[in-house]
Amino acid sequence: MTTALQKARTVLALTSNYAAAYAVKAADVDVVAVYPITPQTTIVEKIAEFVDDGELNAELIHVESEHSAMSAVVGAAAAGARVFTATSSQGLELMHEVLHIASGLRLPIVMAVPARALSAPISIHGDYSDVMNTRDTGWITYIAASAQEVYDTIIQAYKVAETVLLPAMVAYDGFLMSHTTEPVELNDEEEVRRFLPRKDRPNVLKPEKPITMGAFAMPDYYYEIKYQVQEALLGSLKVIEEVDREYGRTFGRSYGVLQTYRVEDADYIVVAYGGASFGNAREAVDAAREKGIKAGAVRLRVFRPFPADYIAKLLADVKAFAVVDRAIAFGGPAGGPVFAEVVTALWMRGIDTPGLSIVHGIGQRSMYVEDFVKIFEMLKDGEKSKVVYMGLRL
Amino acid sequence: MKVVFKTVWDLPAEELFASGHRACAGCGPAIAMRWLTKVAGPNTIVVNATGCMEVTTTQYPETAWMVPYLHVAFENAAAAASGIEAAIKTLRRKGLWSGKTNVMVIAGDGGTYDIGLQSLSGMLERGHRVIYVLYDNEAYMNTGIQRSGSTPKYAWTTTTPVGKAIRGKIQRKKDIMGIVVAHRPPYAATASISNLVDLSNKLKTALEYTEEGPTFLHILAPCPPGWRYPEERTVEVARLAVETGYFPLWEYDHGKVRLNPPTSAIAADPKRRRPLKEFLKIQGRFAHLTDAEIEELEKDVVANLEYLAKLASL
Repeated sequence: MTTALQKARTVLALTSNYAAAYAVKAADVDVVAVYPITPQTTIVEKIAEFVDDGELNAELIHVESEHSAMSAVVGAAAAGARVFTATSSQGLELMHEVLHIASGLRLPIVMAVPARALSAPISIHGDYSDVMNTRDTGWITYIAASAQEVYDTIIQAYKVAETVLLPAMVAYDGFLMSHTTEPVELNDEEEVRRFLPRKDRPNVLKPEKPITMGAFAMPDYYYEIKYQVQEALLGSLKVIEEVDREYGRTFGRSYGVLQTYRVEDADYIVVAYGGASFGNAREAVDAAREKGIKAGAVRLRVFRPFPADYIAKLLADVKAFAVVDRAIAFGGPAGGPVFAEVVTALWMRGIDTPGLSIVHGIGQRSMYVEDFVKIFEMLKDGEKSKVVYMGLRL
Repeated sequence: MKVVFKTVWDLPAEELFASGHRACAGCGPAIAMRWLTKVAGPNTIVVNATGCMEVTTTQYPETAWMVPYLHVAFENAAAAASGIEAAIKTLRRKGLWSGKTNVMVIAGDGGTYDIGLQSLSGMLERGHRVIYVLYDNEAYMNTGIQRSGSTPKYAWTTTTPVGKAIRGKIQRKKDIMGIVVAHRPPYAATASISNLVDLSNKLKTALEYTEEGPTFLHILAPCPPGWRYPEERTVEVARLAVETGYFPLWEYDHGKVRLNPPTSAIAADPKRRRPLKEFLKIQGRFAHLTDAEIEELEKDVVANLEYLAKLASL
């Protein structure tokens, strides 16, 4: 018997958006509901080609808004279908109400989000303002850093979502990844379907066993139902890791919840997320080390549930760290949203490593490797406990 | 309309909407729910928009629904139903769904005329095989009687109070049937909880036509606290709405408009129409109306009947 690893490799040149569409095809998704928005649109264009060519046996619902996109996949998932949607920016904001409902109803929806800045002023370019606004919606949230990882993560996300009964989104850099072509190794689709077997979910809309979904809860029940979402989401970290390892054994690629670069002996660590930030961070680590700074970098691959123990372990014994956020937590105490999360994770564990909050790449403002080298130099110079808006013209 | 039921004795006996729900005494929409589920039968998935019927029937851990039921939010029942219909289609192709299953949206006037209009239009345009039932009690009753796009002119609501400068709602009721028919669905009809045989036959007809595409049922369902009349008079108020011509019974069937009894008789012979005042005077929401205002509303009623009669003659 040949294993997936022994079969001939199929490698295509794909953007992250096309990689997402290929993953949806491999996962044998039943219902796709998407509304066009830049930079998401090429995902649904590719899926439409698959459906119209008969390569994907799915219903593609051309909804009239993102709110309806999320609502339609909620309905389809409630009826037991495997579903997919994708959006960016304003579209994700329009969905926001239904994001909470999707997790509250415990529906294993998978969504791709090429991350984009928010209006106003309107911007079609990338940052993570949209994704960060979904922080408390109860969704599992991956942030991928390559087209290959987008493909692999969407397949993993179905397995995780269908195991823990929570929705999962796979975010990645708008434009910098969504529209950048990279080599992507595709799995054998039969093998993917064995990896994602169809399981009967206990609570779906079927006339044979009528149930009421989306009930009205008074103060005597509401809290417990929402606490179950919290428990399931926190517990999903273990499943995310198990599924990632199983995926690695089956298809030869796995990622962990954090990706690290030269952290073993590092004095200073930069925490980043997304492809562009982490790519720059890694190059800056090499450059800083040439200058005699023991630098390292960490990429957050899973944002929700927040891998707090792993982050705390990595940052416990270094001299200082910085977090590069591609979003602004307006009016907040720490400039960047993920910096606040990292600091909280450390504080909860009694760790007081000095930290620096870096905001960069807003509205796809160019981020240079030298900027990241400068972050390491600032850390070495003892700069801490402040917010730096990098790349900003003042 | 296909005549499946000739008299009330022919209507289904099986109850699929349980008693013990928390709707008000004399609730018009609750009467509609009972007959909708009876006639649609157990192989029906209900998608309910936020509103009175959702809040009063699904208080966890209890439910009045003996059919599969989904509530997502206020403005998206038609979108969620589109997803269910698409899921059934694909799952059936893949051998994972068997049997005929109706998908029925149930939404109030707020969830249809106003906040849900976009998702309804999308569902109609895409041609999903879904029956959309609007139960119209002419205001946001669930939040405490606020005006909607369905509230009639001059009606009192808590957001259109009878003040010294402005007395009740300024604008007319929106023509929701006109909007739906503009999408050219196979079937759309109005019905009243006072005319149960007509309502049930229209529902049966709509369910059959849903094989072709989306269908729409607009049911008038009076609300005792919102319309301010004694709770034992709900059916009477609904009947007066029909017999005064305030709420005409008619259907759009594959491009053809037809007036149904008693509206057809009223339109043919204006003497058979009861004065609008009979409908207005038993409702507190119209208590402040002057004779001139009643006359104006009556003109609108007559003009609407003439308009529908013209459509029916085409």
